[in-house]
Amino acid sequence: MAFIPHTSDDVREMLDAIGVGSIEDLFDEIPAALRCKPLDGIPPAASEMQIGRLMSERAALDGRPLNFIGAGAYEHHIPAAVWAITTRGEIYTAYTPYQAEASQGTLQTIYEFQTMMATLTGMNVSNASLYDGASALAEACLMAVRANRRSKSSRILMPRAVNPTWRKCVHAIADNQGLVFEEVPFDPASGQTVIDALAAYEGQDITAVVMQQPNFFGVLEDVDRATDWAHAHSALAIAAVNPTSLALLKPPGEWGEHGVDIAVGDGQPFGVPLSSGGPYFGFMTTRMEHVRQMPGRIVGRTLDLDGRPGYTLTLQAREQHIRRGKATSNICTNQGLLMTAATIYLAIVGAEGLERVAAASMERTAGLVAALETVPGVKAAFSGTRFHEALLRLDRPVGPVLEALARRGIAGGYDASRDYPELGHALLVCATETKTGADLEAFATALRAVLA
Amino acid sequence: MHASTGAPAAPREPTIFELSRPGRRAEAQMPPRPTSNAVPESLRRRRRPMLPEVSELQAVRHYTRLSQLNFSIDTHFYPLGSCTMKYNPRGCNQYAMLPEFLARHPLAPESQGQGFLACMYELQEMLKEVTGMRGVSLTPMAGAQGEFAGVAMIRAYHHARGDHARNEIIVPEAAHGTNPATATMCGMKVIEIPVNADGDCDIEALRKVVGPRTAGIMLTNPSTLGVFERGIAHLRALVHDAGGLLYYDGANLNAILGKVRPGDMGFDVIHMNLHKTFSTPHGGGGPGAGAVGVGERLLPYLPIPVVGRDGERYRYLDERDLPASIGRLSGFMGNAGVLLRAYIYMRMVGREGMQRIGEFATLNANYLLARFKQEGFDPAYPHRRATHEFILTMKHAARDLGTTAMDFAKRLLDFGYHAPTTYFPLLVPECLLIEPTETEAKEALDGFVEAMVAIRKEATEDPARLKGAPYTLPVRRLDDVRAAKNLDLTWKPLA
Repeated sequence: MAFIPHTSDDVREMLDAIGVGSIEDLFDEIPAALRCKPLDGIPPAASEMQIGRLMSERAALDGRPLNFIGAGAYEHHIPAAVWAITTRGEIYTAYTPYQAEASQGTLQTIYEFQTMMATLTGMNVSNASLYDGASALAEACLMAVRANRRSKSSRILMPRAVNPTWRKCVHAIADNQGLVFEEVPFDPASGQTVIDALAAYEGQDITAVVMQQPNFFGVLEDVDRATDWAHAHSALAIAAVNPTSLALLKPPGEWGEHGVDIAVGDGQPFGVPLSSGGPYFGFMTTRMEHVRQMPGRIVGRTLDLDGRPGYTLTLQAREQHIRRGKATSNICTNQGLLMTAATIYLAIVGAEGLERVAAASMERTAGLVAALETVPGVKAAFSGTRFHEALLRLDRPVGPVLEALARRGIAGGYDASRDYPELGHALLVCATETKTGADLEAFATALRAVLA
Repeated sequence: MHASTGAPAAPREPTIFELSRPGRRAEAQMPPRPTSNAVPESLRRRRRPMLPEVSELQAVRHYTRLSQLNFSIDTHFYPLGSCTMKYNPRGCNQYAMLPEFLARHPLAPESQGQGFLACMYELQEMLKEVTGMRGVSLTPMAGAQGEFAGVAMIRAYHHARGDHARNEIIVPEAAHGTNPATATMCGMKVIEIPVNADGDCDIEALRKVVGPRTAGIMLTNPSTLGVFERGIAHLRALVHDAGGLLYYDGANLNAILGKVRPGDMGFDVIHMNLHKTFSTPHGGGGPGAGAVGVGERLLPYLPIPVVGRDGERYRYLDERDLPASIGRLSGFMGNAGVLLRAYIYMRMVGREGMQRIGEFATLNANYLLARFKQEGFDPAYPHRRATHEFILTMKHAARDLGTTAMDFAKRLLDFGYHAPTTYFPLLVPECLLIEPTETEAKEALDGFVEAMVAIRKEATEDPARLKGAPYTLPVRRLDDVRAAKNLDLTWKPLA
């Protein structure tokens, strides 16, 4: 029996101690009519050796294409030490740190993570992670409704240039509580959100304004103006940011005159593999004045009975296990393991390393655009400054082009034309520090062949 | 305050920031410094973030040392009720972390993901089989998000029928806190009903609150009281007859694997905690995976994407295939790597093993309960069979000796056992909710009983000893009040 240690003697002794004749007797409180048939739809047990072979075959089917897709998940180098430590049993198989004295390792790691995210985003406090960037943005919108007591409308301005899947996720989560989202357009020439369009909401009750930096197209936004507009109109400012970019870009805490109120994002670029979309982790930081409206776990440093410093979960009165139906969110399990990987990643690369990763990625993407623009039928779509992604326009539908590139071992980007039909045949590409000049050339050569 | 036991105080591990020295770096992990900076002046960062400057070895040593301050399944027994802390087979981790799986971009063409998608499709099918549901979506990223998906589907179902008055979710008072919190997040009103002295739902109380405003009921079964809900057929009939739907909180699915199936019992929707029942690691608080299964009526509303199959090809079903879906709950498809681990686990356990899980989890719990009864401890529901877990109440020790359930829990840490779940469910005074899981050997269970007996003896002879526990861990009991009052949430350099 896989993973069950009982010998037949154990079973006998245990049944005797209980005072029943068989294991079956232990189920005598379940009404007989409810009992199910054998689970014929489950395959027979496979040994680790057999399953290892099957998984290796399946992995081979997926292959290892040269990847130029970004669109919310980014391929960066991950130091070997990150996962060597993260998969240690003491981290990997530990429970949520409710028993603080038996969880100081996890708790101190979270405290260090909170410090790193606060300094990176330029905010006061961080939580211990949310599920991912998309759901973190939804939580930020819900939090803004609670935190902005001057607003009664639950209306949030959401640029169309924000990641389209994140916007869908925000709707799926926040619409249930009656939030209303107004779309702010982007300029078809620059790819930037039209800040002047906010004037349409002059004099109206707006709860919060969202800005993504860089936006979904990789274009840098005028975040100062948007933040100042929000604050001048009694709205909160919510930043959705790529965390790698923060090494180079002004942190949300310094946007505009006063900085934003809530910053969120997906932490995947910090040491988390692409892994078909998860597990990643969402991060959220805020100002101290809003900390009691923040969802998710928070760790604080305190003292023990002997006056020694130690770490514990704090402000738990916000959370579902205490506040039940009145909690700030229903979140319980978060993405602790990925947060751990990110903390180790940031400790190893440091500010200098992160700056180099960000700058190298930016440079590679500029190089990629230059290389691909030499291919007939390919044009960069926007004039705005890019971080490490770029939207290209092709002279034909993107889907078949991507399939043809896949056959040549290249994952050639994301087909953005379904989310943005107004952009025509739009392909979003990304090159990080992992790509060499030869890789960029290989992509250009393949694309030239496919479009020929 | 009680004096320490003489165990040497563990040296404090400084924060990574205290190890930092200006100019130190892990050069092998960095690309060369680019020569240009294309960021416009107005958008540039002016001050560097205060990230640590340490060598790779310092980082490795620091986080290795921190890991050693933790309890974990690999090092300790975790009789943690309603959390199902079973062994996390190493093979699940190794094969989910094959390089091709880790490198696969979520938006890569489906032609470059047939291996991964085949695993996901088969996982959906196996989860349908063990729950008896008609459809499964793997996207929810934890139990609470699975609950959210479930209640959102119930809401969507009623709305699609033009039945907009149904805005009440009924929840038994013993429910996990995520149930009422989820109902609120879905814009529903929470109606709590009591349970009776035997731990079953109070049917009369339910009869009084069901009606045309009932959207549904959320039930955990076996309940958080560690007993099987005997009135389940009756409950189902009451709620369905009133036009409501039934939500099955699968947190305790481990207890009934291969014995009963929520779908057969008439439930409309279930979430499963794959990080409990199907043994993916808890990771110090996550990630989890909260797959949802639905019956016929809720099929159109499943969260997307779902993995479908056209002939021999697997593909994601999205908005075009499921236009009535409640939508997307994550940036991509949820915690894919966790799902791979659950898939590998289910394949290794197999058809026969699946049934054994429920059986041996139940055997272990009932054996522990019998041993505790023999030793004179008080079960909260002495006349009931334990399922995969049970509750002891320490109310007599609290009354006679002044030692609380928390004191027992903290002292257990000194004996090398993770504490059981304490003070949950809220309606049993001074409770310890104990779940051994099927992967623990009899010796571990016996050792745990002996520890509890020894601690009770201490409580009688020297109650202050329990109050001061733990003594042998990196820290002693922490001042939670101070933590919440003098908020210290980030490290700051000394001025």
